Amino acid sequence: MPHTTAFARNQWYVAAYSHEVGRELLGRTILGEPLVFYRAEDDGTAVALADRCVHRRFPLSESRLDGGRIVCGYHGFTYDTTGACVYVPGQKRVPRTARVASYPVVERDSLVWVWIGDPALADAGTIPRAAHLDSPDWVTVRGMEPIDADYGLLVDNLLDLSHETYLHGGYIGTPEVAETPITTEVDEGAGIVRVSRHMDDAECPPFYARSTGIEGRITRWQDIEYHAPCLYLLHSRIAPVGVLPEPDGSDPNGFHTEITYAITPSTGGKVFDFWAVSRDFAKDDEEVTTFLHDFNHTVVMQDVDALNLLQRTLGTERAGYQELSINIDTGGLAARRILARLVEEGDKPVEQVR
Amino acid sequence: MSTPSAAVSREVYRIDWLPGTDVLHGTCHCGAENTAEDPVRMWEWMLAHPEGHQPGGTTS
Repeated sequence: MPHTTAFARNQWYVAAYSHEVGRELLGRTILGEPLVFYRAEDDGTAVALADRCVHRRFPLSESRLDGGRIVCGYHGFTYDTTGACVYVPGQKRVPRTARVASYPVVERDSLVWVWIGDPALADAGTIPRAAHLDSPDWVTVRGMEPIDADYGLLVDNLLDLSHETYLHGGYIGTPEVAETPITTEVDEGAGIVRVSRHMDDAECPPFYARSTGIEGRITRWQDIEYHAPCLYLLHSRIAPVGVLPEPDGSDPNGFHTEITYAITPSTGGKVFDFWAVSRDFAKDDEEVTTFLHDFNHTVVMQDVDALNLLQRTLGTERAGYQELSINIDTGGLAARRILARLVEEGDKPVEQVR
Repeated sequence: MSTPSAAVSREVYRIDWLPGTDVLHGTCHCGAENTAEDPVRMWEWMLAHPEGHQPGGTTS
């Protein structure tokens, strides 16, 4: 049996980066629902519709756009931006049931968010922010990797950074990451898990040594903020050992990096891993930009390979296999529990949710 | 970081892994505290609130 974590419906998910959605049709399956994305011709608004023609289920993402309408590539059924079918071949009457579902979409911080669940419950005000992704004060490199693994495995991976020491040694991991105790905080109502690891005197991994130019040991802070189910922010601060923020809270001598992930379940046992690295230093240095992109892509692929392997391995385990959790897992366990609650809430009938 | 105002207005649970030890120190949103060396047991205690929680006191 494949290892899967149930999906949490009635939630916003990152479906794409803004630059991926344009006048070409983009097909992407989110929480098991095949969707097609494009931009409306008149105002450029991002549109998400069900990616199956009502006629014979042909994928609309493999069809073509005619102005603001999708023309099915099989028999020409034509849909407007609301999903209503406005043309069928050979007859004047369009059946009343000829419509594909339309999904609430919000574009924010260079991310295209889609609501999976009851559209009546979609509230754009609940979308967590990642303003640095679209801010002139930061320079961002980004990418997306599909992983053939349960999204819960990616959540586990990101909530416990002690794996950096072993899986990413020589890149972002140093001995101090696994050795330093963490603090875990759960904001139950907001659905946020925070995990902090502050290293006072640590080796500087190549990722930061080459991008900041710091030679010698560092003070390294990792402050995770996981907005379940989709958005993961890692606030990273690097500085030479002993260099701390000023008493007034400013931090002119610190190097700040915002590591952003969007964890978007696709079908069961598959997940989209959106990753981004934003920095507030060496902003005009193209060499640093290229280095951080390529280096982080390598790190992400180390995770992809490990999680693909883990998913295959778990698929061969007998039901009810045992795990062993230790202190490093305190944050990951909190995230699992929050996700379980969101899954339960998303499965309730509408009248119980509100 | 947890602040008194945050603890009052929101349900915030906090677990500190005490430096130099294997001990986890948990603080419930109600103020009850506990120590354990197993995160599974710590979360079980935390989420059993209010059962076994004495605000301001330490449960072992």
